Amino acid sequence: MNFEFSDEQQQLHETVNRYLTDQYTFEKFRAINASPLGWDKVAWAGLGELGVLALTVPVAQGGLGFGPLETLSVMGACGRSLVLEPFLSSAVIATAVLRAFPDAAAAALLTRMATGDAIAVLAHYEPDSRFETQWVTTRAQKAGDNYQLDGHKAVVMHAGAADTVLVSARTSGEPNDAQGVSLFMVPRDSKGLNLDPYPTIDGQRAAEVYLKGVQVPASSRLGKEGAALPSIDAGLDIGLAALCAEAVGVMQALVDATVAYVQSRQQFGTAIGRFQALQHRIADMLIHLEQARSMSYLAALRCTAENVTERRRALSAAKAVIGQSCRFVGQQAVQLHGGMGMTDELIVSHWFKRVTAAELMFGDSDTHLQRYAALTRS
Amino acid sequence: MRLEFTEEEQAFREVMRAFLREKLPAAIREKVLNGFELSRADHVLWQRTLHERGWGGVSWPKEFGGPGWNSVQQYIFEEETALAGAPRLIPFGTKMVAPVLMAFGNAAQQQRFLPPISAGSEWWCQGYSEPGAGSDLASLKTRATLDGDHYVVNGQKTWNTLGQYADWIFCLVRTDIQAKQQSGISFLLIDMHSPGITVRPIALLDGGHEVNEIWFEDVRVPLQNRVGDENKGWTYAKFLLGHERTNIAGIGGAKRELARLKSIAARERKDGRPLIEDPLFAAHIAQVEIDLWALEITNLRVLSGERGARAPGPEASILKIRGTEIAQRISELCMRAVGPYALPFRREAMEAGWQSDPTREAPGPKYAATLAAAYMNQRKLSIFGGTNEIQKNIISKMIVGL
Repeated sequence: MNFEFSDEQQQLHETVNRYLTDQYTFEKFRAINASPLGWDKVAWAGLGELGVLALTVPVAQGGLGFGPLETLSVMGACGRSLVLEPFLSSAVIATAVLRAFPDAAAAALLTRMATGDAIAVLAHYEPDSRFETQWVTTRAQKAGDNYQLDGHKAVVMHAGAADTVLVSARTSGEPNDAQGVSLFMVPRDSKGLNLDPYPTIDGQRAAEVYLKGVQVPASSRLGKEGAALPSIDAGLDIGLAALCAEAVGVMQALVDATVAYVQSRQQFGTAIGRFQALQHRIADMLIHLEQARSMSYLAALRCTAENVTERRRALSAAKAVIGQSCRFVGQQAVQLHGGMGMTDELIVSHWFKRVTAAELMFGDSDTHLQRYAALTRS
Repeated sequence: MRLEFTEEEQAFREVMRAFLREKLPAAIREKVLNGFELSRADHVLWQRTLHERGWGGVSWPKEFGGPGWNSVQQYIFEEETALAGAPRLIPFGTKMVAPVLMAFGNAAQQQRFLPPISAGSEWWCQGYSEPGAGSDLASLKTRATLDGDHYVVNGQKTWNTLGQYADWIFCLVRTDIQAKQQSGISFLLIDMHSPGITVRPIALLDGGHEVNEIWFEDVRVPLQNRVGDENKGWTYAKFLLGHERTNIAGIGGAKRELARLKSIAARERKDGRPLIEDPLFAAHIAQVEIDLWALEITNLRVLSGERGARAPGPEASILKIRGTEIAQRISELCMRAVGPYALPFRREAMEAGWQSDPTREAPGPKYAATLAAAYMNQRKLSIFGGTNEIQKNIISKMIVGL
């Protein structure tokens, strides 16, 4: 047992943290958030120069070949700085999915993603799937050398920023079958692929992705026909662990800000941090934060486990704890800031929104509680 | 002991229902039931409608033009209007400044200010909190200095709700800087159109504009606009806070939102079945419904102890804490009910007409579009009107005697 980060991981965290603290200020976040694009190409290039976009790209594709612990080291800093660029969507999730396929096209795309020249996102969930990954109704029909894709993908994070959309579609079977799901690399500007983009509650960008008669060559299919779901799940699980790490970074920031606030805010002739009721509340926030941090380590250490049941049990446990922590820490940080916590002017409300979104993404705490129960029933 | 209302009270409820069926405008009802923003005109229209029926001052005694209802009747009115989808009454005029004027104002002030409040022709707002005086309200610093037959007011108020619509503001100001905190405060009525007043909106996390900062720079207020005695304002303010709490549990509104939660959970699907049949989610709904039932009975116990139309005492703090926790929980469950479709944020979805406009494309079901913003907005409930922490202090001091 050892919970120390390696020197390399430590250094990675410090480098990214320093860079974002200097370059990705709250003012910068607000400006990017208010821009029509909703993310910043210069900031993206900056992350590329730091090397973090190559973090989990295999060495053979020009990447650093790192794994979930290094991702965790970066995500906490991204959370605190409220990074709006598609780091999680492209550099973590899409990268993890592409890595799972042996296809040359996937390798070529990864090479371009490592430098930040290409952005890819996974478009998988659908309006009726809620958080069930095997619920796929989007169809892929083979016609000669092409597939035709028809369907609707829901709340696809950063779809607008992507040049390549990884679209899951059913080549056979019924909506809830584990078999019969294939994955396609679809250029964003394909005819018949339409986006309805919007901001999410936390200022990130997402879109509904509509596919209507989209023609892609058979070579754009990744892996074997109908066998893509395990790789998609693997990528989403790596993404879930990264989201957990990001949420812990945001919660740490919320606790820090709340402690600073109660020490400076004067009422009744004293700093409100002198009141025991508030001290205990902050102690509860800290307990939630530390429990969440522990589970973010578990998630990072288990998200690539070979045994799928073990992997999912750990991830569901982690997300159940972290989702509940997000709620408690977020709500109490706002509460202890009083009205100020509800203002757009303070970063606290933006962190609160980010943890609120984190709780809802990839399955809320209820979903994972039930999944955990189902996995441990026998 | 019995739970049922008396026959007279039941009959009173039927009168309310008939009135609401006939007089509540469908457009306003639609907005309230779907969580859309209400405009100033909506609020004014509803206040006028009540006024025409003789209910403009719902909590007022007959001598001041009110219906003279006791607290149980007021409770029934609040419950039925909320369930029907009527706007929650803006409290600053009818429920806050009016009772102060009736108790401490002079005849001239009563005649000048009460009728337009009932008629909805003058909008009031509140000038209490300041940047340095929130929970510790008595530390307020806005100054009023005497200059002939006027006060000259300088300072800053904050967390002012809907002041952008207001014609008048009632303010706590410091008139004696030597006196101990609570003793040097006066209660002034200030025309919002006076020179020297600046209203600046505070942007909130949900993108809405419901609170403001208000600056006073050499604002001249006629002496006759002081209520009661100079330096006695704190007494009046405390009296007012008691009245603010008569509908503080918000039982009717919570019942309405609970019904909305159930309707959303019936339409959402999880694992191919309606979400409302999911055991865990169903248990969450049941828990909040039971909590609400308990609070309703607690509220009725408080009312029944006071069938004499008096403001409740410190037990109002129990109602405030539990009522706000329940309302926040319902809004949280509504947001979580829609799963990933809680994430898209479209500010325009908060405006009426958006959901019924067939040309508007929504990501996901249209009813999902406002839920996360509402959840975030409802965090205010445990902060304003005395934070829930302050309410707990009141309970432990005033009820328990610690």
